[in-house]
Amino acid sequence: MMVWLILLPLLWASFAFLLGPGRGVWLAMAGLLAQLWLAYALAEEIVASGVAEHAVGGWGAPLGIDLVADGLSAAMLLLTQCVALPLAVYASAYFKRDDPAATYFWPLVGFLLAGLNALFLSADLFNSYVTLELLGLAAVGLVAAGGGAQQIASALRYLFATLVGSGAYLLGVALIYGTYGTVSTVTLTPLIGAGAPDLVWIAGGLMVVGLMLKTALFPFHFWLPPAHGGAPAPVSALLSAVVVKASFYLILRLWIGPFSSLTVAANLVVWLPALLGMLAVFWGSYQAIRAERLKMLVAYSTVAQLGYLFLIFPLLVSAGALQAVIMQVFAHGLAKAAMFAAAGTLIKATGQDTVAGLAGVAERLPVTLFAFGLAGVTLMGLPPSSGFLAKWQLIELALSQQYWVIAFVVLVGGLLAAVYVFRVLRQAFLLAPAGSVVMPVPRTLEWTAFVLAAASVLLGLRGVELMQLVGIT
Amino acid sequence: MNFNELLPLAVLASSLLPGLLIFTLPESWVGLRTALNLFGALIKLALVLLLILGVQAGESYGVHFAVLPGLDLAFKADALGLLFITLSAVLWLFTTLYAIGYLEGAPRRSRFFGFFSLCVTATMGIAMAANLFTFFVFYELLTLATFPLVVHRGTEASMRGGTTYLVYTLIGGAVLLTGIIWLHHLLGHTDFAHAGIAVALGSAYDGQLQIIFLLLLIGLGVKAAIVPLHGWLPQAMVAPAPVSALLHAVAVVKAGAFGIVRIVYEVYGIEFAQALGLLLPLAIFAAVTIVWGSFRALFQDDLKKRLAFSTVSQVSYIVLGVALFGPIGTIGGLVHLVHQGIMKITLFFCAGNYAETLGIHKVSEMNGVGRRMPLTSIAFTIGALGMMGAPLTAGAVSKAWLIDGASAAGMDWAIWVLWTSSLLNAAYFLPILWRTWFKSVPKAWPGEHVAARGWRETAWLLLLPPMMTAAMTLLAGMYSSNQMSPLSWAKLIAEREYLHEMIIRAP
Repeated sequence: MMVWLILLPLLWASFAFLLGPGRGVWLAMAGLLAQLWLAYALAEEIVASGVAEHAVGGWGAPLGIDLVADGLSAAMLLLTQCVALPLAVYASAYFKRDDPAATYFWPLVGFLLAGLNALFLSADLFNSYVTLELLGLAAVGLVAAGGGAQQIASALRYLFATLVGSGAYLLGVALIYGTYGTVSTVTLTPLIGAGAPDLVWIAGGLMVVGLMLKTALFPFHFWLPPAHGGAPAPVSALLSAVVVKASFYLILRLWIGPFSSLTVAANLVVWLPALLGMLAVFWGSYQAIRAERLKMLVAYSTVAQLGYLFLIFPLLVSAGALQAVIMQVFAHGLAKAAMFAAAGTLIKATGQDTVAGLAGVAERLPVTLFAFGLAGVTLMGLPPSSGFLAKWQLIELALSQQYWVIAFVVLVGGLLAAVYVFRVLRQAFLLAPAGSVVMPVPRTLEWTAFVLAAASVLLGLRGVELMQLVGIT
Repeated sequence: MNFNELLPLAVLASSLLPGLLIFTLPESWVGLRTALNLFGALIKLALVLLLILGVQAGESYGVHFAVLPGLDLAFKADALGLLFITLSAVLWLFTTLYAIGYLEGAPRRSRFFGFFSLCVTATMGIAMAANLFTFFVFYELLTLATFPLVVHRGTEASMRGGTTYLVYTLIGGAVLLTGIIWLHHLLGHTDFAHAGIAVALGSAYDGQLQIIFLLLLIGLGVKAAIVPLHGWLPQAMVAPAPVSALLHAVAVVKAGAFGIVRIVYEVYGIEFAQALGLLLPLAIFAAVTIVWGSFRALFQDDLKKRLAFSTVSQVSYIVLGVALFGPIGTIGGLVHLVHQGIMKITLFFCAGNYAETLGIHKVSEMNGVGRRMPLTSIAFTIGALGMMGAPLTAGAVSKAWLIDGASAAGMDWAIWVLWTSSLLNAAYFLPILWRTWFKSVPKAWPGEHVAARGWRETAWLLLLPPMMTAAMTLLAGMYSSNQMSPLSWAKLIAEREYLHEMIIRAP
């Protein structure tokens, strides 16, 4: 089952490349549907019988490759497939039949998903590196696939960031391997104690900072807004919703796995990512409030929302912290996918990528605007939505540890999000100026965004199962 | 799931489902949209009637769902909740009728009625919430659902009003959430219960509980328009008249006031709140709001703005009643929750009629309007007299119980506050009535849209709702001792909230 989650996207990606975007799309849809079912079945299996392991080809570690899925991995896999399927439907309507970008889109998305799924399943540091590279290169390719000069420029910037990030990570892995002679996370966890040599501290620092760069944590976010704001809408949606979460997932894994004794030993270390996270919330929101282009606004909102994820590190010692951060990952993943999809539709319809150009769209494209609004509700953390549940859990954890500053940042961050979300809605509710043209858009574009946004809200009414799944380690 | 669990959900669904359906209807399907609206409103009334009969017979209705481990979305229909539910359900029917008439031929009606139904659903959720978590969920939903209604006209002015509304309510919501989570953290739950839940914590937490109370009060005070958090309400009068009715009578300010009632009686418990010294500051805030709102109303020439400041003042009667320690004040406050609603909605319906029919927006334009629109003006007069507390109106009942409550609680200064407010009420309403009935008719109205046809001075859908609510104002005043009157219901609640055997005598 786990192997197929990696092989299926590789398969349909290859066929999509050979068959071209026409028939390839249908194959991709079928593959994505099967992946969604696989991810769901895996989650069910884990809930029923605990952590699942698989030795690829019958060769286990240390010689072969082990695939391991616990609740955290299963949740991430589920989110990835849940976001990917509607976005694929969206993309099939978004790209015109003879769009050159579509030719590369489907194969690259397949490789991207294979990389993501493999990353969530891998059980050693080196395999994580390999999947990280696959993921990064596919993502850069997707950003560049638009072909415009500006897109190539932002893709190069993205390439630079992702290579430096994974380079630092690889260096760290090499140092760890040199010290302990293994890269398996399970074996490493008991080996790395509080009294680990300095080299291990350096390795840990390199790995985490490299991954922060790939997660676009403030101040390493410079590459994200141009890359996410410039790519075609389905690509931006996929990148913002799940790809940046992959490197965050690795940080989280390292933090609670191999490096757990280190982070406990130096308890000031936990405040470094949290501090950067707070700055990210403020800086990202500030830039989103100022942004003139709609997609830039959404991209900077991602910078802000990623900040919340890093607030969790000082709280990880309490029970329920993992659940809270995964709720935030889901909330942002679903909502941001919906928001980029809706923004793409609005831009297609109005013909311009500006907030000011949105006047009157509430009347012409109510479904899309509704989707944008619902996604906004989740990002603001207002009930009923998954974003609200995440906010509730984060604040309660912060209060239980008496880290007032975290609760404060979460609350103020929600209000700042309201400023940029309502900036868009307010403009859209204005009466259309005379002579403005809103072109018709395919219904598929409108409703896929809506489905994603509705999912982000409905999860806020029933989070019990997800929380139970995440609790299985 | 049995009947007693299903009924509260059905009350929610009776406006949620029609609302969601209406969103999908094309603009031109007027008939089906109207049918859905009225069907939902009537079904809801029938369901509420079932609830009332059940609760009077001692049945309990409730249902809960786990949202997160240890966190439930929980509903119950108790006597206090039903007071608010009944008010909103009845007024919703009238407001829907009025809105159908008011918006006839206007654009974007599907969106309007969709959000309108969502607002009422949120109000029902607020009334039936069985814990603070659920309360907050619907409280914020109400904010979100009212915003598109406030900015419905899509003009820059309405955008400014809507933005002000959001700034106040969202910041208030964040403060409220802080208080709720803090309380949840201390107690492990936030379920409402008679005599409160906070007392279980012990005296070590008194300081924290006082801070939490302040946070909750700020969060709720924004919607209840307590001074100095009232700034959004006069700004929001740019909204269409049915929305003003919704803001001032059916949903929004009531949600804030109702929340304060729940906090004082069922989270802290009235006796524990008194022991913590929370009631006196609350009473002072309410008193300041009562006087300041009435005072500001004196100087407004814009009719809707004058009414808005009047609301600021009147809603705090409810808060004052709650803050008077003793069952009589409680009854006064609770009954005013209903009475203020029916009186203020009458006034806003009438203001909408003047504006829609004759283009009158200002008090100074109202000379002689009583002769052109006698029925509307009679309704307006009844509403205004009620606000002043004139005999035979609902307002008189509220005021009598409040004054008695204040003297029973030994807070004589509150009586002075109430009298001052009554005088100020008279000072800003009587000139309007004078102009309406005794000044001569001008040569031309500012903008006459609807011509009079026989006795129908305006469209009948605009005329019927204010006449009905005006009649209710009189009925609630004259038959206050009837078993189904708001007053009797308020007495029932007060009996259940005060654990002591207290004899509740009539004033």
